[in-house]
Amino acid sequence: MIERGLRILLPLLVLVLVIAGWQAIVALNHIPPYVLPAPGLVLSTLISDGALLMHSLWVTLLTTFEGFLLAAIGGIGLAILFSQSRLIEYSLYPYAVILQVTPIVAIAPLLLIYLPQPLAVLACAWIVAFFPVLANTTLGLRSVDHNLIALFELYKASRWQLLWNLKLPSALPQMLAGLRIAGGLSLIGAVVAEIAAGSAGAGSGLAYRIAESGYRLNIPRMFAALLLLSLAGVAIFFALSAASHMILRRWHESAVTRER
Amino acid sequence: MNSRHRAIVALRNVGKTFESGTVALRGFDLDVADGEFVSLLGPSGCGKSTALRIVAGLSAASEGAIEWPGGAHEARIGFVFQEPTLMPWADVAANVRLPLKLAHADEARARAAAAQTLARVGLADFADAYPRELSGGMKMRASIARALVTEPRLLLMDEPFAALDEITRFKLNNELLTLWQELRRTVIFVTHSVFESVYLSQRIVVMTPRPGRVFAEVSIDAPYPRDEKFRTSADYAGFCRLVSEALGKVMAEPVP
Repeated sequence: MIERGLRILLPLLVLVLVIAGWQAIVALNHIPPYVLPAPGLVLSTLISDGALLMHSLWVTLLTTFEGFLLAAIGGIGLAILFSQSRLIEYSLYPYAVILQVTPIVAIAPLLLIYLPQPLAVLACAWIVAFFPVLANTTLGLRSVDHNLIALFELYKASRWQLLWNLKLPSALPQMLAGLRIAGGLSLIGAVVAEIAAGSAGAGSGLAYRIAESGYRLNIPRMFAALLLLSLAGVAIFFALSAASHMILRRWHESAVTRER
Repeated sequence: MNSRHRAIVALRNVGKTFESGTVALRGFDLDVADGEFVSLLGPSGCGKSTALRIVAGLSAASEGAIEWPGGAHEARIGFVFQEPTLMPWADVAANVRLPLKLAHADEARARAAAAQTLARVGLADFADAYPRELSGGMKMRASIARALVTEPRLLLMDEPFAALDEITRFKLNNELLTLWQELRRTVIFVTHSVFESVYLSQRIVVMTPRPGRVFAEVSIDAPYPRDEKFRTSADYAGFCRLVSEALGKVMAEPVP
C-alpha cells in the first residue's frame, strides 16, 4: 500500500521540483519568453490558445487513430496470411522489414510529393505502426503449444477452426503487446509527417502548430503544443495497456497479480 | 491374454524414422484387444510415445501397417498428453467441450456432455475455473475429461501422471482404474514407471531402447478392482520384480 502511494507521490514530487526549478531559473536570469517561457506562461498560453490547440490535437489524434486502426488491420491481417502460407511470407516479409528499417523521416517527404497531404500523413502513421503488430502477431501465431495443435489435428479441426479457436487466442498476448507499441508509434508517424509537411503549410495538426510556432518565434505556444502531444502519447499508452489488461486478466500470466 | 476379445488395433512391423535420421521404432508389433488396459513400458527415448502418436494418427509410420479390425479408427480416439495441454484462455468447461465443438456438435448437448464428464472426474465445481487456477492434478483430470467427452473407444495416454507428485499420482491411478472399469474403454498407457504400469495394467509391453520394438510382454493376472491393498501386496511386489527384471535385461542388451 505504502509502495503504491510512493509510486504516485514520488514522480509528482519530481514534477513539482522541476517546474519550480524551471520557474526560478527563468525568473532569476530574466530569460525572455522567446528563449524559454516560464511554466506559468506555457499554461496560460495553453488556455488562451485552447481552441486552436484543441482543434490541432483533434486533427493529430484522428490521424493517429486512423493510422493505428489501419496498422492493426494490416498487421494482424498480414500475420494471419503469413501463418497460412509460407510462400506469401517468404515473398512479402523482407519488404515489411525494409519498410520498417527505412527511417520514416526520410520517407515522409517523398510520400508528400505523391499523395495529398492528409493521406501522406496517414500513410506515415501506418508505416511506422504496422510492423510491430505484424512482427508480434507473427511470433504469437507461431508460438502455439504443439500439443494443442496435435489435439486439434486429432479432432480433425478445419483450418478455420485451428485459426479461430487456437492460433488467434493463443497469439492474443503478443498481438496486444504489438498494438500497445503501435499506438505510440502511430502518433510518432503522424507527427513526423506533419513536421515534414510543415513547410508546405497546409496542415493543422499539433506538430504543424509546433513547426509554425517555431517559425514565428511563438515559443510558449510551441511548449503548449508539445505538452499536449506528450499527454496524448501517455493517454494512448495507458488506454491500450488498460484494454490489454482487461482482455487478458482472467488467464494470462502477464495480467494476473501474483499472490504471495 | 484376452484372446476371446477381438483386437481393436494392431500394429504390424511398424517402423518410424524421423527426418533427422533417428530411428525411433523398428519392427514394432502390437495387438490391443477391445476393452484391454495395456501399458507400453520402456526407458525414455525408446519410441513408446512415437508408437502412441502413430496409433492416434498424429504421426505417420515410415513402414509397416496399422490395422483397425473393427473399423474402430472412425469410432474416435481420446488422447491425454504428458502435459495437461489445456487452453489457458478458456475455462475448464470450454476446454472439455472443445472436441465436441470441433465436431460441430449441438451446443446444448455439448454443454451437457461436458458437465457430465466433469462430474465423472470430480471437477463439477470447477467448470467455470480457468486452468491457471487449478492444481496439477486437477488440470490432468480436466485433460482426461476432455479426452473422454467424445466417448472414445480407445484412450491413449502418454505418461499423463509423470509430472505429478506421488500422492496425486496414486490418487489419479485409482480414479483412472475406476473410470476404466465403469466405462470399459480400451486404454493404451505409456509410462516409464514399473510400479505404475503393474498397478494399472492387464498387460505390460516392455520395449527395447531406440529403435523401439517389443522385448517382452508380461500379463498382470491380478483381479480388479485394484486398490491400496493391492499396491502393498506380495503379488504386486512379485509382478514389479518380474517386470523390473525384464526391463533390466532390455537395458543390458547390446545396442544393435
